[in-house]
Amino acid sequence: MINVRIQYFAILREQRGQNEEALATAAATPTALYEELRARHGFTLPADRIRAAVNETFVAADAPLRDGDRIVFIPPVAGG
Amino acid sequence: MFSISAVPIDPAALQRRLADARAGACVTFEGWVRNLNEGQTVGALEYEAFVPLAESEGTKILAEARAKFDLLGAICVHRTGLLQLGDMAVWVGVTAAHRGAAFDACRYVIDEAKARLPIWKKEHYAAGTTAWINCATRGEAAGAPAAPPQF
Repeated sequence: MINVRIQYFAILREQRGQNEEALATAAATPTALYEELRARHGFTLPADRIRAAVNETFVAADAPLRDGDRIVFIPPVAGG
Repeated sequence: MFSISAVPIDPAALQRRLADARAGACVTFEGWVRNLNEGQTVGALEYEAFVPLAESEGTKILAEARAKFDLLGAICVHRTGLLQLGDMAVWVGVTAAHRGAAFDACRYVIDEAKARLPIWKKEHYAAGTTAWINCATRGEAAGAPAAPPQF
């Protein structure tokens, strides 16, 4: 298990009902972690429409997660 | 220079920062909050950003524009918070010796900004409902190629 911190924005923040949380997880990748959280919290967006950032940098969906990582799941963007 | 701003954008101040005796062209773009999206009457918009990543990605976009086009200066500022109809959501300004590079670079910056920055938009409709744009459970993924700009 690793301990990670997750920060939520936009639709995920609303569906989670909070801005952030600390979590112990066995998930090895952002996709696995998202699926775990989606099952728990009922996020409507499927994993293939979410990008991930770890420690404020975009990462691949299958990048390894490490203890202490700060993770942000990025729903489809709409700037401009 | 790229930044996220929680307060109204001052385009005149930004344009003064681009002043350069070598510049023969300055192209600017302003994105405004409009009253209609996909047939629904919009009353207000809310922008939310993951600021550190938006600022690093925005800085990267401006560096790409400088590498691709013959620019002298490039600035982009994007708003967060609650915006009303007519408010400025985003400002892009670029300078170059000649207009071709300036037009092309300005277009590049706004198109990439819309497609790549971790910024989200929630529309508040006149009917009293709200929606996070692009986050219905069908449609494009985050970071997908930009749809044709619709301003």
